[in-house]
Amino acid sequence: MATVTATAPDTRTFAGTAWSWITTVDHKRIAVLYLVTSLAFFMLGGLEALLMRLQLATPEADVVSAERFTELFTMHGTTMVFLALMPLSAAFFNLLVPLMIGARDVAFPRLNALSYWIYLFGGIFMNISFVAGGAPNAGWFGYAPLTDTAFEATHAIDFWAFGLQILGVSSILASINFIVTIINMRAPGMTLNRMPMFVWMSMITAFLIIFAFPAITIGLVLLIFDRYIETSFFIPEGGGDPVLWQHLFWVFGHPEVYILILPAMGIVSEILPTYSRKPLFGYAVVAYSGAAIALVGFGVWTHHMFTVGLGPIADTAFAISTMAIAVPTGVKIFNWIATLYGGSISFKSPMLFAVGMVAMFIIGGLSGVMLGSPPIDSQVQDTYFVVAHLHYVLFGGTVFGLFAGIYHWFPKFTGRFMHDGWGKVHWLLMLIGFNLTFLPQHMLGIDGMPRRVHTYAADMGFDLWNMMSTVGSLMIGLSFLIFIINALRSIRHGEPSGGDPWDGGTLEWTIPSPPPVYNFAEIPVVDGRYPAWDIKRGGGHTGAVATAPEAGAEADEPDIHMPNPSYWPIVMAAGMVLAACGLIFHQAFILLGAMLFVISLVGWIEEPAG
Amino acid sequence: MTAEAHGHHEEHHSSTGLDNRKLGMWAFLGSETMFFGSLILVMLINKHNTLGGPGQEVLDLVLTSFTTFVLLTSSLAMVLSLAAFRNGSLLWGRIWLGMVMLMGLIFLGGQVYEFTEFVTHKHLTPSTNLFGASFYTLVGFHGAHVAIGVLWLGTVLAYTWRGRFQPGMDMWGIELVGLYWHFVDLVWVAIFTLIYLI
Repeated sequence: MATVTATAPDTRTFAGTAWSWITTVDHKRIAVLYLVTSLAFFMLGGLEALLMRLQLATPEADVVSAERFTELFTMHGTTMVFLALMPLSAAFFNLLVPLMIGARDVAFPRLNALSYWIYLFGGIFMNISFVAGGAPNAGWFGYAPLTDTAFEATHAIDFWAFGLQILGVSSILASINFIVTIINMRAPGMTLNRMPMFVWMSMITAFLIIFAFPAITIGLVLLIFDRYIETSFFIPEGGGDPVLWQHLFWVFGHPEVYILILPAMGIVSEILPTYSRKPLFGYAVVAYSGAAIALVGFGVWTHHMFTVGLGPIADTAFAISTMAIAVPTGVKIFNWIATLYGGSISFKSPMLFAVGMVAMFIIGGLSGVMLGSPPIDSQVQDTYFVVAHLHYVLFGGTVFGLFAGIYHWFPKFTGRFMHDGWGKVHWLLMLIGFNLTFLPQHMLGIDGMPRRVHTYAADMGFDLWNMMSTVGSLMIGLSFLIFIINALRSIRHGEPSGGDPWDGGTLEWTIPSPPPVYNFAEIPVVDGRYPAWDIKRGGGHTGAVATAPEAGAEADEPDIHMPNPSYWPIVMAAGMVLAACGLIFHQAFILLGAMLFVISLVGWIEEPAG
Repeated sequence: MTAEAHGHHEEHHSSTGLDNRKLGMWAFLGSETMFFGSLILVMLINKHNTLGGPGQEVLDLVLTSFTTFVLLTSSLAMVLSLAAFRNGSLLWGRIWLGMVMLMGLIFLGGQVYEFTEFVTHKHLTPSTNLFGASFYTLVGFHGAHVAIGVLWLGTVLAYTWRGRFQPGMDMWGIELVGLYWHFVDLVWVAIFTLIYLI
């Protein structure tokens, strides 16, 4: 195991290729794994949504039963948040952070692989529940006492609780990794204030994750105790308090919203300057407003609980902090618009998605400010108005932003363009479908249609809006199919892009596509916020010429030591998830999982990391 | 790869000058503060939630003061151990490391005794009331941290016979377990003060 060549699997055979992916510790390949897996879960979550929309298309329909509907909205929310959007953001962290800061890999490559495998197995574990006696059915927020054994005696909730614990481990490990990578592995000259905005937002997101996830972890521990060892933390009969669950959940849950949106904001902050051919307007303000959002984001959680009855003082305080958070958010939006102003804009598909993100996010932000007012919230709590709001933020904001990123960096992943024309079709269809789906839900909410109810009566005036919403959701589904076909086709037959197809300003565009395994033949020296532009046009912050890394064109590979591949991450992840299976199926799995964990831990320590 | 590639120190360069592993440990401990913060809050909320059953009065202040003293002293031994290894004294490094483990085990022994005593004589179990549930969760969670720390220390100690931490070598392996150990100690100061003393 001393050198790369000694352990490099033979990639000419299928088994060799599979083994090379299983043991990879290369951040770019892990990014691909994250991307593919999260898109698969995105499709699954989307199918769950389509089933719900089909059920709601007409009044008193019978497409799915009420019980199944409950499982669908629970798993749709859980899947989209934890298995689709967060890992899709993680795919971008993995691909871009080391490339953008001029590093050869992340700080802990094997830990990075471990995070991925835990995520994959955790996602599969949670979805096994569909065929193992019933899927989780208490909502993605799992409000007590619905999660108590008195109301759900099957293992549905256990799958959810253990699944979230497993995914939490993955997120925290990945975040520690990226915090250390960003703080400690920047290329010479890459000061914090010269980091690309995406790196800034990644760092802030990672800090949010390590500080927010522990709250839900503890909440879930207490829930598991309530279910397994007869404590009564959330059960009123035993002196417990269901509202405590809500606090623990939303102390995590609200920062989670920013965990989902900040990476997309970072992506948009890279794309808008590139296609406007101008630096980001107000760089420092955009970075610090991201930090302000994260900080204030820890102090707004009870706006999810305005109707719980915490009293006027608490409601007022949290209404004020909630509205205050609109300020740094608005600052970002104005800076994006100012970036576009006077630029020579080219509307390629990534740019269309980025502009779509800004526009849709504004609508979601505005309905968010409305919901931040307790009197309004009390009227529309638990109606489709809230569903509309959260989808404008998380679909209109996050999903549009992440797709912008996929179109923009696809050439960096693969060396080929995605088809721009079909990209624009995807964008247009998704934009129309999205608005057709969720704009009417504002009206439904104001008219009083409750969310999480599997049907409605015919004479409520809900028919038209619901039918529109269902048609729109089918359009979103179709647009996603177009995207998948476009992507699959472009991997093999797309137009070759070269290393720098968009005239990018950040370091990843100074190296070939796809990047060589060591990223940079020579670690670059950075002199400004857009080093690639400096190299191409001369001049940097100090006027000194930035060093261009060799484009890796040399005939002989440079002698750069990279970390060895390792199979311990996947073994360790398997051990953890097997142990969780043991708590549901049979105790023998706990022993087996623990053994795998210990063996892999020893193997991990003994293995030369390279 | 060649020895020259290893000798080339570019890859060990870090932007802050801090070792990656140490910075990662700090980030992890930051996360841990939120774990224990949440647990301590749950404990404080339920401190008097006894349903008329056994409550704070069952806590044995004398025994726990003693084990607290032992645990706090172990941090001193940890510091002395690292200093000894740095000064090239394997023997004293090992002795102090063993002392840290011993003191950790005494603390754990006190906790096992305490838990057994509560369950058998004071009739306080996790399902008796929420005081019990919160107490066992918080103190058990902390005890698990101490136990992991003892195992970790044992591993480090074993590695001193396998060619690690010899004079002149880097000591980050000991520094990491030290950081963790001091943190677990510090958390106990908060728990002892908030749960036992007031």
